[in-house]
Amino acid sequence: MTPDQARGIVSDALHQVAPDIDLDKLEVDADFRDSVQLDSIDFLNFVEILSDRSGLRIDEDDYPKLATFDGCVEFLSHPKV
Amino acid sequence: MAMPEFRMPSLGADMDAGTLQEWLVKPGDEVRHGDIIAVVETDKAAIEVECFADGVVENLLAEPGQRLPVGAPLAVIGAAAAAMAPSAESPAPAVRPSRLPPPTPPPTPRPAPPRPPQPPPSAVEEPHVSSPLVRHLAAEKGVDLTSVRGTGKSGAITRADVEDAARRATTRPRVSPLARRLAAELGVELHEIAGTGAHGTIRAEDVRHAAEGAAKPRPAERAAGARAAAAPAPRIDRQAAMRQAIARLMARSKREIPHYYLSTTIDMAAALAWLRARNRELPVSGRLVGAALLLRATALAARDVPELNGYWVDDAFAPADAVHLGLAISLRGGGLVTPALHDAANLSLSELMGRMRDLVGRARAGRLRGSELTDATITVTNLGDQGIESVTGVIFPPQVALVGFGKVIERPWAVNGLLGVRPVVTATLSADHRATDGYTGARFLELITRLLQEPEEL
Repeated sequence: MTPDQARGIVSDALHQVAPDIDLDKLEVDADFRDSVQLDSIDFLNFVEILSDRSGLRIDEDDYPKLATFDGCVEFLSHPKV
Repeated sequence: MAMPEFRMPSLGADMDAGTLQEWLVKPGDEVRHGDIIAVVETDKAAIEVECFADGVVENLLAEPGQRLPVGAPLAVIGAAAAAMAPSAESPAPAVRPSRLPPPTPPPTPRPAPPRPPQPPPSAVEEPHVSSPLVRHLAAEKGVDLTSVRGTGKSGAITRADVEDAARRATTRPRVSPLARRLAAELGVELHEIAGTGAHGTIRAEDVRHAAEGAAKPRPAERAAGARAAAAPAPRIDRQAAMRQAIARLMARSKREIPHYYLSTTIDMAAALAWLRARNRELPVSGRLVGAALLLRATALAARDVPELNGYWVDDAFAPADAVHLGLAISLRGGGLVTPALHDAANLSLSELMGRMRDLVGRARAGRLRGSELTDATITVTNLGDQGIESVTGVIFPPQVALVGFGKVIERPWAVNGLLGVRPVVTATLSADHRATDGYTGARFLELITRLLQEPEEL
């Protein structure tokens, strides 16, 4: 997956769990549990969307890598082997 | 013939009045107990309201847009067999402008808490229609006349306007509740806006842009402006209204309930290790979050310590016959709702997890059901995701207990004379001293602690 495709998926997923956020103002390296105020259920929904849309298996151990926008893009565009 | 009236329900101890937003039934429709028949907007959210009886909708007494006190009649529900035929061919207008009789308390499935004096029904503006048949047609097609722009003589709503509105409603754009509200306030046509949200959902921001972008006032906006000026009471901002509702309820709680507080720190090592192992084998959709374990343990403990599960009414404690776990859910943009997870003690862990996700999703989307807002028998607040260690909460009257969980944190922990690092969580109990004493509360927290040490049994 290209980084652009990954960005699209991450943006969509964020929008679905937090429709009120302004993606243009989101800092790409901020922990969005804080910046977007995701709770654990929101985060689970978010991860589920990422997993469904990308077709990648995402384990709980991967969650720390998904804490920021850039982290998600990196994870999706360079999946583990 | 005495027929049951469907009345504005009390959707929580803090509700005085609600605005009928939408009818989901029309005269002649057969309804069953538990069917969702209307959407009522309270200070907190849009609530799907269930019918309390089996029968046939005889008459709708209230129109969408009307703000009515709790207990005001909304519809007449006739007995099923007798009412079916006549109502179907009844030529009477489906919706009549109602002069409301004084409100009486609604039939509620649980002891109703005392309410502050109810304000009189606010003045209702009648949309101007070209003929009574138009009103009938609108009711038939489920069109809210207050949202239709009239093109007839002096702005009267014509048959064509209603049909047009009905047609557009079937291709209704996805709109967030806030955006819909804003659009109504600003006189913005939702069909003319391109949504920028997911799947083209129209967001509040889009509506504001559209309102700002309009170079000069269009007829709809002028009409809206005129209406706003004519209306005696301006629409209260949802946020402010919710703040006030919470303020009233919490002030009442602190005024009436002699709280006592207990807290304990729970070793979560076993629970989290079990959770991790379980989740490793499952796709994301089947995974549990830690909060599900805490809720499950709380539900079981509330079942086994029934003195904390129920209501304080008329100077006595009335135990509930099931554990309906109230979940404090914070809303994006501020405020909170505490809908009930019904019969939580009889749900498996994965059922409970599914229901929790569903409830959180619907609470945030503003699609809760009436019974969910009234039935909670004990409430849980979990602020762990916000990073705080413990929360000492305020009880939701007429309940008698509130359980709080903080964040799971790693702490040095002594087990069998050895020091280790363990994940722990602080559980607190706020309880009504009129109903129970500290001993009972202690038993309850101790039980939660024990249950969490054997997660495979949960």
